[in-house]
This record gives sequence, C-alpha cells and structure tokens, in this order.
Amino acid sequence: MTATTLQQTRAAERPGYRLRHAARMEWIKLRSLRSTTWILAAGVVVTIALGTVAGLNTSDPKSDVTSNVLSGVIFGQLLLGVLGVLVMSSEYSSGTIRATLAAIPRRPLVLTGKAVVFGTVALVAGEVATFGSFLAGTAALRSSVPRPSLSDPAVLRAVVMAGAYLALIALIGLGIGAIVRHSAPAVTTLVGGLFVLPLVIGAGSRTAGQFMPELIVGNSLAAVQPVEGFGLSPWLELGIVALYAVVLLGVGRALLVRRDA
Amino acid sequence: MIDARDLTKRYGATLAVDRLSFSVRPGAVTGFLGPNGSGKSTTMRMIMGLDAPDGGQARIGGRPYQQARWPLREAGALLEARAFHPGRTGRGHLRALAAANAVPGSRVEEVLGMVGLESAADRRAGTYSLGMAQRLGIAAALIGDPGVLLFDEPVNGLDPEGVRWIRQLMRRLAAEGRTVFMSSHLISEMAQTADRLIVIGAGHLLADTTVAELSARAGGNLEDAFFALTADSAQYRAATAEGGF
Ligand SMILES: Nc1ncnc2c1ncn2[C@@H]1O[C@H](COP(=O)(O)OP(=O)(O)OP(=O)(O)O)[C@@H](O)[C@H]1O
Ligand SMILES: [Mg+2]
Repeated sequence: MTATTLQQTRAAERPGYRLRHAARMEWIKLRSLRSTTWILAAGVVVTIALGTVAGLNTSDPKSDVTSNVLSGVIFGQLLLGVLGVLVMSSEYSSGTIRATLAAIPRRPLVLTGKAVVFGTVALVAGEVATFGSFLAGTAALRSSVPRPSLSDPAVLRAVVMAGAYLALIALIGLGIGAIVRHSAPAVTTLVGGLFVLPLVIGAGSRTAGQFMPELIVGNSLAAVQPVEGFGLSPWLELGIVALYAVVLLGVGRALLVRRDA
Repeated sequence: MIDARDLTKRYGATLAVDRLSFSVRPGAVTGFLGPNGSGKSTTMRMIMGLDAPDGGQARIGGRPYQQARWPLREAGALLEARAFHPGRTGRGHLRALAAANAVPGSRVEEVLGMVGLESAADRRAGTYSLGMAQRLGIAAALIGDPGVLLFDEPVNGLDPEGVRWIRQLMRRLAAEGRTVFMSSHLISEMAQTADRLIVIGAGHLLADTTVAELSARAGGNLEDAFFALTADSAQYRAATAEGGF
C-alpha cells in the first residue's frame, strides 16, 4: 500500500435507495398529516354536494345531465390543486425539505416519489368524488328528467375523465408548488391559472377555451353532449391537461435540482 | 471524516464562504466557531449537499454526500431548530426519514429513547418546546446510525440540563469513533465539549487547532483567544467600551 491509496477518493456507488423508498417516505408523510385527510375529504364531499344540488336543480330534460351532476368538480379542483401545492410548499415553509433532501439527495427522485404517491391518492379521491357525484346527483333528479346510466359508454367516460381531471389538477398544483415554493404565491398562481386566465382569455377567443383546464372539464371531459367551440376529442383535451401537469412537474424538477434547498 | 476543499459560496454580492479548506476527523468533537454571518451554517449546508458550492468540494467519507449509497447511514445533521412539519408527530417525521433509507422501524423507537422523546412521540411536533424540537432534530440526525454528525448550534435555547445532555451526547458519539462537528456561539460550552476547533471569520479559515492550543494563546482563556483571532473579521460586532484590541 502506498500513501496515495489513503488519499484515494471513493468512487460513486449506485445509490441504494430507489423510487420505492422515496415513495414510502412520501406515503408516510402524506398519511401522518391530518390536514391532508381533511382537505381531501372536503374536496370529495363538496364535489358530491354541489353535484347533488345540480341534480336537484336540473329541470330541462334535454340538458346534459351528466355534465350537470359533475359540475361540483369546478370547486373540488380548487381543494385538490391547493393540496398539491401544499404537499410541496409546506416542506419549504416548515424546513422539512432539508431533512427530505438529506435522506434522498437525488432530488428528481423526491419529486417523482411525491407525484406517484400523491397522484395516486388524488386519482382515487377524484374518482370517488365524480362517481359519488354521479350517483347522488342522478338520484336527486326529478322524475321528468331522463336519468343517464353508467352503462352508457359516453357517460362512463365522462365520469371517469372528470375524476382523472381532478388528479391532474392536483399534480399541476404539485408542480406549481415545486416551482414557486411559497404557499401563498403558489396558491395565487394556481387560482389565477385555473379561474382567472379563462375569464380573460376565454372571453376574447372561443378556440382558446379549448386549452383552459377549467373550461375543458366542463365543456369536454365531463360533457356527454358536444359543446359548440369544443371540437377536440375529450381524449385530446385530457391529454392537454396532462401535458400541463407534465410540463409544470418537469420545470419544478429542474428547479429543485438547480436551486439551493 | 469530513473534508472541505476550497469551498466557496457566493450569495449575490456576499462572499459567504471563501476558499475554505479543513478536515474533521473521527473520534473527536470538533467545534466550529466564528462570529455571526461568518459562514458556518452555509458551510454545513454545503457539506450536506443542500446548497451547491460555487467552487471547491466537500466530502464525507471520501465522496460527496449526494453520492452516498444510503445517505442517512453515512451522515446526519441538525441544521435548524425546527426542520419538521408542525402538524406531523415526532414519530411520523422519524418514520418517514427511516423509510427513505430502508432503516428498520425499530431504530425509530431506539432514537426516540436516546433523546428521551418517547412520551411526546405521538404529539404534533408543532406543540414541542424548543428543547423537545431540538431533541427531535437530533433523533433525526441519528436515525441512520451514521458515522458523521453535524450539529449547527445544538444548544441554542436549551436549559442547563439540556445543555449538559447535549454535551454528554456529543462526547459519547465521539467516543464511539464518530466524526462530530458542531457549531456554537457559547465559547465556554465549546471549551467543555470540543477537542478540536475550526475557527472561521468572513468565510475564511482562521484556525484549525485544538481547544488547548487556542486557549494557550491567551493564557488559558479560550474566549479571549477567540476574540483576538476574529477581531478583524467580525462584521456584526457592536462597538464595546472595553474592546481591548
Ligand atoms: N440563503 C441566503 N441568501 C443570501 N445570503 C445568505 C443566505 N444564507 C446565508 N447568507 C449570507 O451568508 C453569510 C454567511 O451566513 P451563515 O448563515 O452561513 O453564517 P453563520 O456563521 O452561520 O452565522 P450565525 O452565527 O449568525 O448563525 C451571511 O452574510 C449571510 O447573510
Ligand atoms: Mg448559523
């Protein structure tokens, strides 16, 4: 042995931790916060409650009943999106991010773990919310209004897509949280993007509406009857919302890697 | 073993750490001293891979922390008083960290016992007193049973009993052969706890020595020796009547 062996630097090893470790950490973090459960439950309950009210208020037998009873999604998305923001921004406000990154220094894994775990939880919550809305909302319909059925493929598609939409908004929130890091401005960005932007741009141009998530869900994903100005297929529209989530998470991931914690 | 080589960190116009090189060896408590704003916390964050250096490199056990196979088993750090979500229980926080590095759940109970937090483990951490929060932070640092430990001002805000507990813990960890690197502003505490000292001022290395050697420079008074050493680099020291230098 020569003296230089002492000075030798150890080669980089393959890290022992994998996505499943990052995911387990995120799962424990998610479950160990009461606020997560409360916001998720509130999102589901409010979506179903508004859908039920919409069912009660539906009188026109020719209207898109499925779309009506899923209209609670417009509010439910706010709660799921905000929860997505908080999943990331609360790590920064509390300082947990330092402990998290000390445990998983390969930072992309941290965000992927969060997206997988929280995205799955949000998808389950979203589908529970939309199927619940459909069942409660259609049960509340007056007898003069024809009751849509889940055995109708177009109806089933609308309910499933509206639930998936909620999960995508949750991931969009996560991405914004990773980019903006501070809760208040991140929530403002989310609300601005979801609700204010469609008012500003959607009012000026009808085709632009096909690219606004909030208008996409009401006029395409959750709709069974075609809506004027929304000529793209619901699948394509869902893809547009998914693309927003992917881009925001991608930018968030790049910033997470680059910035000091 | 911690190695810092030419570590440099800039925040805008501020040169927080300036080509700082030192080694922290195992089996001893090494104190990290320096006036406010001299770059201690920044250096520790760079060692833990949380802040990226603008120049130079820090290594733990021969390689950057980010390249560790199981990072928490390599090194643990207490960097801030409250680095956990206030709504999560102490046990929940530790279980999440343990899961990230495949540390068995039994280790969570072990470290809770070591820091004396068993009875409060299922309370929301936001309700913890400063001392309890500090204990949770130490438990988190110890979760992977690492050979290298960094503590940034661990005795801040602790009562005398807590201060003594930390002192004994540091000594024990070093006696077990671990590398213990701790910053503190309490020089008398350093004199009692540390074997070696690294002193920095304005991001520069001022001394890399033993407690005994540095105290000897001022006739056995570590505090006087520290003031003499950092006289030129303290940026935020109030003008005092009895300055003395
Ligand atoms: N995130 C940051 N952004 C901008 N400047 C920073 C940041 N972190 C540290 N600094 C600056 O870098 C310098 C070193 O700060 P640091 O916190 O490392 O000092 P310190 O020795 O830990 O001080 P203290 O004893 O007060 O804890 C200071 O001038 C500080 O203002
Ligand atoms: Mg500091």
